[in-house]
Amino acid sequence: MRHILSILLENESGALSRVAGLFSARGYNIESLSVAPTEDPTLSRMTLVTSGSDDVIEQIMKQVNKLIDVVKLVLLTEGSHIERELMLTKVLARGELREEMKRLVEIFRGRIIDVTGSTYVVEMTGDAAKLDAFLEAAGEDNVLEVVRTGVSGIARGESALGLPGK
Amino acid sequence: MELTGADILCRCLRQEGVKHVFGYPGGAVLTIYDVLNNQPEIQHVLVRHEQGAAHAADGYARATGKPGVVLVTSGPGVTNAVTGIATAYMDSIPMVVITGQVPTHAIGSDAFQEVDAVGITRPCVKHNFLVKDVENLADTIKKAFYVATTGRPGPVVVDIPKDVQVAKTRFSYPKRVDMRSYKPVSKGHAGQIRKAVELILSAQRPMIYSGGGVVLDGASKELTEFARLLGYPVTNTLMGLGAFPGTDPQFVGMLGMHGTYEANMAMHHCDVLIAIGARFDDRVTGNVAKFCPHARIVHIDIDPASISKTVRVDVPIVGSVSNVLGQMNKHLKEGSGRPDQKALKTWWKQIDEWRGTDCLRYDHSAKVIKPQHVIESLYGVTGGDAYITSDVGQHQMWAAQFYKFDRPNRWINSGGLGTMGFGLPAALGVQMAHPDSPVVCVTGEASVIMCIQELSTCMQYRAPIKIVNLNNRYMGMVRQWQEFFYQGRYAMSYMDALPDFVKLAEAFGHVGMKIEDPADVEPALKEAMAMKDRLVFMDFITDQTENVYPMVPAGAGQNEMILV
Repeated sequence: MRHILSILLENESGALSRVAGLFSARGYNIESLSVAPTEDPTLSRMTLVTSGSDDVIEQIMKQVNKLIDVVKLVLLTEGSHIERELMLTKVLARGELREEMKRLVEIFRGRIIDVTGSTYVVEMTGDAAKLDAFLEAAGEDNVLEVVRTGVSGIARGESALGLPGK
Repeated sequence: MELTGADILCRCLRQEGVKHVFGYPGGAVLTIYDVLNNQPEIQHVLVRHEQGAAHAADGYARATGKPGVVLVTSGPGVTNAVTGIATAYMDSIPMVVITGQVPTHAIGSDAFQEVDAVGITRPCVKHNFLVKDVENLADTIKKAFYVATTGRPGPVVVDIPKDVQVAKTRFSYPKRVDMRSYKPVSKGHAGQIRKAVELILSAQRPMIYSGGGVVLDGASKELTEFARLLGYPVTNTLMGLGAFPGTDPQFVGMLGMHGTYEANMAMHHCDVLIAIGARFDDRVTGNVAKFCPHARIVHIDIDPASISKTVRVDVPIVGSVSNVLGQMNKHLKEGSGRPDQKALKTWWKQIDEWRGTDCLRYDHSAKVIKPQHVIESLYGVTGGDAYITSDVGQHQMWAAQFYKFDRPNRWINSGGLGTMGFGLPAALGVQMAHPDSPVVCVTGEASVIMCIQELSTCMQYRAPIKIVNLNNRYMGMVRQWQEFFYQGRYAMSYMDALPDFVKLAEAFGHVGMKIEDPADVEPALKEAMAMKDRLVFMDFITDQTENVYPMVPAGAGQNEMILV
């Protein structure tokens, strides 16, 4: 089963490698990982997509929580949540393709953010399935380069991942 | 007044009550040594190899319950210490390891004797720190001791660049630590404890399985009271030996791969298992799929990650074992529930039948020294109250089986990592902590060679440890596995070209003895133990092909033992 972990950790050098090292040392899988400082600059927030049986996910949660630099974590996939990923795609935009690609981007609610005589750079956000669908619709031969940020996620409703007491 | 980083470090160590530091100097720690040399309260023990420093500090910690302290230089100083750090990590031993580092401006430039100490040690420490600014030094040292000794203990590395050791600031040692990301739980959940007590009292065939956590938490008294209140059988893991008296009738011996028949059979057939400060290690469980098939399981552990890691448990309790057992004992004394005495009587009858197989029996010989006989004699000669360190292999298992530990912190061995070379330096550490107590290193000719250089350290500090070398000219456990599982193809397990251990001991300034006749075993041990101010190396030439029984082969169930 695919799961998303949201991890709040000390924004210190080496904190990221503690998490990454734990996953490789214990043979857990990382599908994607995104991390950046939070509004409180002493903390970083990490969204990590992994997969495993319920037992494995429980162990992952416990092991990550055991890391001294980890302040808090939640399993987003346990409850109702929203996930988004940002993708930048460089596509061919020559001849007939130029107009067709523009329409496709509109249909997928993306934005063209760079234009040359022969290419577009497309900015698009969504869940992984939507981004995959766009790439498929654009056609393999027309896609020159793809860069994806990996998933960011947040729980729906009032529950918020923050420092205890805040 | 402003102090240098090196001064601050030494003051921190004094504030923590550190009496011994095990270390080896080098370029990146010279400033610290320059200050440490003038600290009458702290004795520095100069080892001969950094691995020895880590093992000695580890042995010191295991024998005292206090954190061991190591000081090594950058680069090879760190890499040499890694085996000792990993050994401590696997057995959850509190240790603070100070490592020198090249100056901050040189970090990352492949400078002389530079390694990424924090990176190299990350997977085998509880936590580690790189101190980049002298302003953070005192605070970091305070945190290091706090993290190492609280919760599930473990080694902590503090990497201090050379320029930080020289830089100056005002010194103030924090009185307490508050880390928002580290809040170990020690008090067990009252509801879970009540649930556990109910389950425990409902047992028909109960079993108490206790491990190293009981020793680490100093909860021997609580465990013994718990077992006595219930009258249930107790087994200890290799790491837990001594936490419950080895001579007590309720004790059924060690369990696991080389545990007793009665302990393993009782585990297999029990209906309620009470796991206390133990982690269901693969050497204990054997094949997990076949582990305790009839049991509902209570698991008390301070580390949530240990619970349901390999074996699903029914009633988990996170907390320190002393706290949880204390609360349970209160319930047992004040509550109305009592164990089912009739069922218990039937259960003990069954266990006594299993005991009847006398699984540790061995053939005595008048011609060749049996290794088991040496341990039994050692037990007799020392009255069962020596500190025993061991290396790894057959001798370790025989020591665990035949030396009946009645008190905790007496049995000091590398259980998790299984580090050959641990025994001698660990014995040095124990002897530094307990200068007037008998300390014996039970070892084999293959293991002892791995850190033999520490004989020199033992001379320098006049550590009168006694070395019992069970010399069968083989890497005994490797040979045993090759006999059982590789059709007797003894690839590289024969120790050819061994030294003359008597001369070797003498060359280091110690006493050496060679014992070849079974009749000489006990007199030799008595003679050696009587030399209270000398290190004595006893080289026992033992039966070459003796095996450790019983044995649960890897992948088998606990009830599938190979017996003598």
